[in-house]
Amino acid sequence: MAAGDLLSKIELISPSDFAKEKVRAIQEYSLLASQSLSNLFKRPLYMADILQQADLIGFGSLPIVLLTGFFTGAVLALNTAASLGRFGALSLIGQLVSISMVRELGPVLTGLMVAGRNSSGMASELGSMVVTEQIDAMRALGTDPTKKLVTPRVTATVFMLFFLTIISDLLGLIGGSMVATLLLGLDSHEYWSSTYQTLVFQDVFMGLIKPVIFGFIISTVGCYYGMSARGGTQGVGKATTEAVVASSVLIIGVDFFLTRLLIVLLGFR
Amino acid sequence: MTTPLQPAAISPASGQEPSGRAIVFENVSLTFEAKPVLDGVSFCLPRGETKALFGVAGSGKSTILKLALGLMKPDSGHIYVLGEDVTQMREDDLFELRRQIGMVFQESALFDSLTVRDNVAYRLEEEHALPEKEIDARVHEALTFVELGHTMEMYPSELSGGMRRRVAIARAIITQPEVLLYDSPTGGLDPVTSTTIVELIVKQRDVYKTSSLLVTHRLQDAFTMANHYFDRTSNRMQPLAQGSKADVPMTFLILRDGKVIFDGDAQALAQSEDEYIREYIS
Ligand SMILES: Nc1ncnc2c1ncn2[C@@H]1O[C@H](COP(=O)(O)OP(=O)(O)OP(=O)(O)O)[C@@H](O)[C@H]1O
Ligand SMILES: [Mg+2]
Repeated sequence: MAAGDLLSKIELISPSDFAKEKVRAIQEYSLLASQSLSNLFKRPLYMADILQQADLIGFGSLPIVLLTGFFTGAVLALNTAASLGRFGALSLIGQLVSISMVRELGPVLTGLMVAGRNSSGMASELGSMVVTEQIDAMRALGTDPTKKLVTPRVTATVFMLFFLTIISDLLGLIGGSMVATLLLGLDSHEYWSSTYQTLVFQDVFMGLIKPVIFGFIISTVGCYYGMSARGGTQGVGKATTEAVVASSVLIIGVDFFLTRLLIVLLGFR
Repeated sequence: MTTPLQPAAISPASGQEPSGRAIVFENVSLTFEAKPVLDGVSFCLPRGETKALFGVAGSGKSTILKLALGLMKPDSGHIYVLGEDVTQMREDDLFELRRQIGMVFQESALFDSLTVRDNVAYRLEEEHALPEKEIDARVHEALTFVELGHTMEMYPSELSGGMRRRVAIARAIITQPEVLLYDSPTGGLDPVTSTTIVELIVKQRDVYKTSSLLVTHRLQDAFTMANHYFDRTSNRMQPLAQGSKADVPMTFLILRDGKVIFDGDAQALAQSEDEYIREYIS
């Protein structure tokens, strides 16, 4: 193949076109995200689809969330024990595990797990429907795909991620207690009372608002990449990968700003 | 907001009032990535008529059907469907209009995660107007009509291409919409099955008086439709008696290079002097 052939295959995009493209993508994403919410107030509401998605996302993700939560709490206890031991403050282990788990690691790790599992699932499912004209067929049959497909996924993800995070937090605390009592020889009663007493309203509030936001990110990003898939099976594969990458990065990025905002708003220590 | 302005430019041949037109294309142009696909296309489909669209592959036939449904928007021009200008409508209002239109996609576009029964029942389920039992009966009737009564519980991936096409037809006609858009309903089918489908389209036209646009690559099929009518007493398609030509509301439209080069009935087509058309129909 001549070099000219190869060159002509590489598309040259000017910076302004590139910027326009990105702005358009952000516009489209925002539109989809806002529609997914406003559809909640319009009829029909696809309850059966919401429940089906909730089952898929919630119960489907339960095993990985249980495992991640448990081992995260356990390893957290191991690591903090090393540093706390030096100050002779091993009894603080419960407090450290519970604050890290509830405020930060529970929501973020659960979010990342569900992003990897469901953001990709949504992007590939909706993407295949786009490239096989099933989305067009749905519109032709008089159904709004954002109502029938996007809103149920968003609702179900937000709802289920909230509960999955609570379960993950709990499993983290159990993992921590296993390490504290079995490996470090701490009193189990002492561990649990310190984890419980140290949590204040702000910690819990922060830990519960995060999964709501993350669930919204995971589902809207997954649906957006799926709905904008182009170019056959390859396009669907690309959409799937991009959805996981984008939602994971967004979760971590948004987590920082959200934490900062909540600290300011709630007047933390 | 979407009160349609009736176009004055095109007057239907029969001289009916505006509501007598199911679909009107008015100077519609569309360009895909610097490639003009439609270039000032105008035509009118009177109510109750079936119009067959011809043109070589890639001439924009499927595009015309998608434009009529409002699935995409033209760069310029207006499209009126059942009196409403779909080029100016919001997506929300389009969903209402589309409920009165049935579409058979070229690649069938069945929902692959739903069974054949649920695919065909889709519209009825969405409308929540009927009890499940009634829906089952209607689905069975529609599927029997296309000779697929036994496939109710199968998934589209388990069917052959021709069977999928017929399921798509059953899905489109189950609510008896006022307008039907068929995209190559007989493409790639054996002669026996395609005759069944031709008969079905003729029945829609003559019994239910549905207005339809029909994309096809087989001139043969369209000529069959033009010289047959549906006889209710025998419940079969019958040839028109010699001499009573153009009795059925069937017309032809040929696209070339984004323009309409022929729009008229079978008789006019047979008498056309245009070289390209002569070659096309020979
Ligand atoms: N989404 C799209 N993006 C870019 N170009 C498109 C798109 N859809 C159709 N086209 C182009 O528009 C032209 C007309 O396509 P269309 O599908 O309407 O052809 P057709 O007449 O239905 O052909 P066929 O007889 O093969 O079905 C083709 O050249 C095609 O490449
Ligand atoms: Mg086509």
